[in-house]
Amino acid sequence: MTATHSYLSPAGVEIAFVLIGLVVLGSALLVVTVQNLVHAALWLVVCLGAIAGEYLLLGAELVAWVQVLIYVGAIVVLLLFGLVLTRAPIGPTDELDVKHRLPGLIVALAAAGVLVTVLVDAYRNTWIEPRAAVAQGTAAANGTALFKYWVLPFETLSVLLLAALVGAIVISRRSTESEADD
Amino acid sequence: MHAAYPLLLGALLFAIGLYGVLARRNAITVLMAIELLLNAVTINLVAFGSLIRDRYNVGQVFTLFIITIAAAETGLGLAIVLMIFRQRGSADIDAQRLLAEPLRGPTDETEPSVRPSAATGVESGAAR
Repeated sequence: MTATHSYLSPAGVEIAFVLIGLVVLGSALLVVTVQNLVHAALWLVVCLGAIAGEYLLLGAELVAWVQVLIYVGAIVVLLLFGLVLTRAPIGPTDELDVKHRLPGLIVALAAAGVLVTVLVDAYRNTWIEPRAAVAQGTAAANGTALFKYWVLPFETLSVLLLAALVGAIVISRRSTESEADD
Repeated sequence: MHAAYPLLLGALLFAIGLYGVLARRNAITVLMAIELLLNAVTINLVAFGSLIRDRYNVGQVFTLFIITIAAAETGLGLAIVLMIFRQRGSADIDAQRLLAEPLRGPTDETEPSVRPSAATGVESGAAR
């Protein structure tokens, strides 16, 4: 099987992965650089949806749909609510970035350089078989693994989610003047 | 598929998210950049999950866990940002300097005299 792999003749799934990956990286760059807050949130939708496509290409079907449901459906809507509630500037503004962006750029480029070097060196001869992973990505396989081997973390996570949401309600509850006197 | 493609995508997305966390000033855009960081991690998890294919399905199960934790983190983070905005009228991260080091060192004359009055003003506003 390894003999058929070649750097020079990429498979169709690799071409699709690279194309969607360019969409992911481009929209992620726009999320962190665009000067319009609402546009940044909407580019985040593009980025997270394209990542769901990458999950499909890697054979993780259930994770892709959960990504669409929770990230695109819930978290981005939550962020947009936050934008509205904090009366964020809707139009383009130059107040989104810190004054000195060069240190952040240097740190990001250093992290990218180190990670790319190490990963390319370590996984130069490793090949993924997405077709063989499809059977593991179905809802049945994920549910079986989740409730056979990961029951305790799953239940702990549900308690954590409940605690976080109760905490969010308590923190963000508007305490009026009369309530503060109680 | 060559394993380098998803791993490189995760690494570059992580770097972009890191830049966003460091270079953005509005708290909500920082939360968006944190979502990018978490997604870089989950791309790595899914890639290694379909590389290893163990019977515990650890890559995809942990990805589901991380997505759940990201939802909790975003909800709680937005609640905190909202509370800070209500108390201080601004969601800018570098405007929250009550616990920060003095900007120009301890020898500065004007900053320490300004900051305690601002702090007591906020506290009295919260207690009122």
